Amino acid sequence: MAHPVADEAPGAWQPSEVQRDRDEWRRRRTVRSAVIAAGSTLLLLGAVGGAVVSSPGWQRVRETYFDWDKAVSSFPAVLEGLWLNIRVMVVCWLLILLLSLTVAIVRTLRGPVAFPLRLLGTAYVDVFRGLPLLLVIFLLGFGGPALSLQGLPTSPLFWGGAALVLSYSAYVAEVFRAGIESVHPSQRLAGRSLGLTYGQTLRHVVLPQAWRRVIPPLMNDLVSLQKDSGLIAVLGVSDAIRKAQIETALDFNYTPYVVAGVLFCCLTIPMARLTDRYARKKGYHGAGGHL
Amino acid sequence: MRKSFGDNVVLSDVDLTVEPGQCVVLIGASGSGKSTLLRCVNLLEVVDDGVITFEGRDITDPRVDGDEVRSRMGMVFQAYNLFPHLDVMGNVTLALRLVHGVGAEEARSRGAAMLDRVGLATKAGARPDDLSGGQQQRVAIARALVANPRLMLLDEVTSALDPELVGEVLDLLTDLKAEGVTMLLNTHEMGFARDVADQVCFLHDGRIHERGRPEQVLGDPQQERTRAFLSRIRA
Repeated sequence: MAHPVADEAPGAWQPSEVQRDRDEWRRRRTVRSAVIAAGSTLLLLGAVGGAVVSSPGWQRVRETYFDWDKAVSSFPAVLEGLWLNIRVMVVCWLLILLLSLTVAIVRTLRGPVAFPLRLLGTAYVDVFRGLPLLLVIFLLGFGGPALSLQGLPTSPLFWGGAALVLSYSAYVAEVFRAGIESVHPSQRLAGRSLGLTYGQTLRHVVLPQAWRRVIPPLMNDLVSLQKDSGLIAVLGVSDAIRKAQIETALDFNYTPYVVAGVLFCCLTIPMARLTDRYARKKGYHGAGGHL
Repeated sequence: MRKSFGDNVVLSDVDLTVEPGQCVVLIGASGSGKSTLLRCVNLLEVVDDGVITFEGRDITDPRVDGDEVRSRMGMVFQAYNLFPHLDVMGNVTLALRLVHGVGAEEARSRGAAMLDRVGLATKAGARPDDLSGGQQQRVAIARALVANPRLMLLDEVTSALDPELVGEVLDLLTDLKAEGVTMLLNTHEMGFARDVADQVCFLHDGRIHERGRPEQVLGDPQQERTRAFLSRIRA
């Protein structure tokens, strides 16, 4: 901690001989470390790249996976499919936040009155965290429409989305619950001592603090949802993966899959960086990695 | 009044009255039940048996609305318990807006007046984490006091402070006493108890062993346990 010295004019301080020597040593060491790190990274990437390129099957792999003309021709269709992924993701994410927050609050209720609700919440989380997402999509995607429920659409898009919401909410509910329980009980006491009700304390004291703490893991789940939204392709929904599959089927060239993969990364990587920045702005140190 | 946690009886046969405008100070070793007594009065703990009367009403009756009772008391905690996500003004005005139905405009002006009274008028926009311990505790006192509570409960409000910051908080409490605020507090600051208290109660193992004017309890204790306690903290 630098404390300003009272009788010293600002800017009058000059580093001593010892300090200049230390600074110089630190600077040299930083440069050396950076050179070593950069060099070894290039060496590793070069070795891996070289191994792939010099492999006996590389020529065929390049033709079937990295065909530039095929990439260009399939791009519009895959991009159109991706637009569906984005819409599915946004709608599902809002519903997931709503459902999971409700489940988390129910699971943190106390007292015997709330026991049936707690039991229901716990059972839901246990079941849907236990089931593989793909299985839930299959079960709901084909079983849901078969119910022929009045007022509910039978489209695979709707039921695929429902499967995503149900499966993800179970995970996100646990993130929220961890956040709620991480707020120290003394905060609740302070709220209640002011005359706030249980609900007011939750809404104005506990949740704002919990929310800030869970933003990084929430964003992590959002990134994960972005790519898992592609799983509803198994129901025949024309999303990016399904479109890529169709394009591939034309001539058994798998480049469209790579195109879809690159596009998904173009979505998720900026989102991950955005998460880090947002969390840091909110004063959450140690959020994500530093780049 | 009686209170226990499991088999651990924390308070038993406690009988205590705080008259309006009075300052009653609880003294006693850690674990003697001082904090629990305050939390019971604030209905943050449910008593096992007995009656707590506040403004002529039995507030230990389960049919009483605890939130409403708490809204007319002010509680200050040893560790301040300020809300870190709100600024100082937000901390002070939260209960006014949510519990007492005061409009945002009026809440701010009352909050500003209250912060002025505790000497923190310039800190309204600061975050609690950016304040010193003494400043945080004064914000906590302002937060508890802003809705004009009938009773202030202060739980070791100087125990977490550096010695040099203790004074600023105790001076504030002395002012409040002079303004006629009713206070029930526990503390290890015997000098403060001697100067400000109307009544001092010595708790040991959940019982009040001795009570009376501060000069009597602190100056001429009758009970062996009180003498032992006082000699230990003076040593």
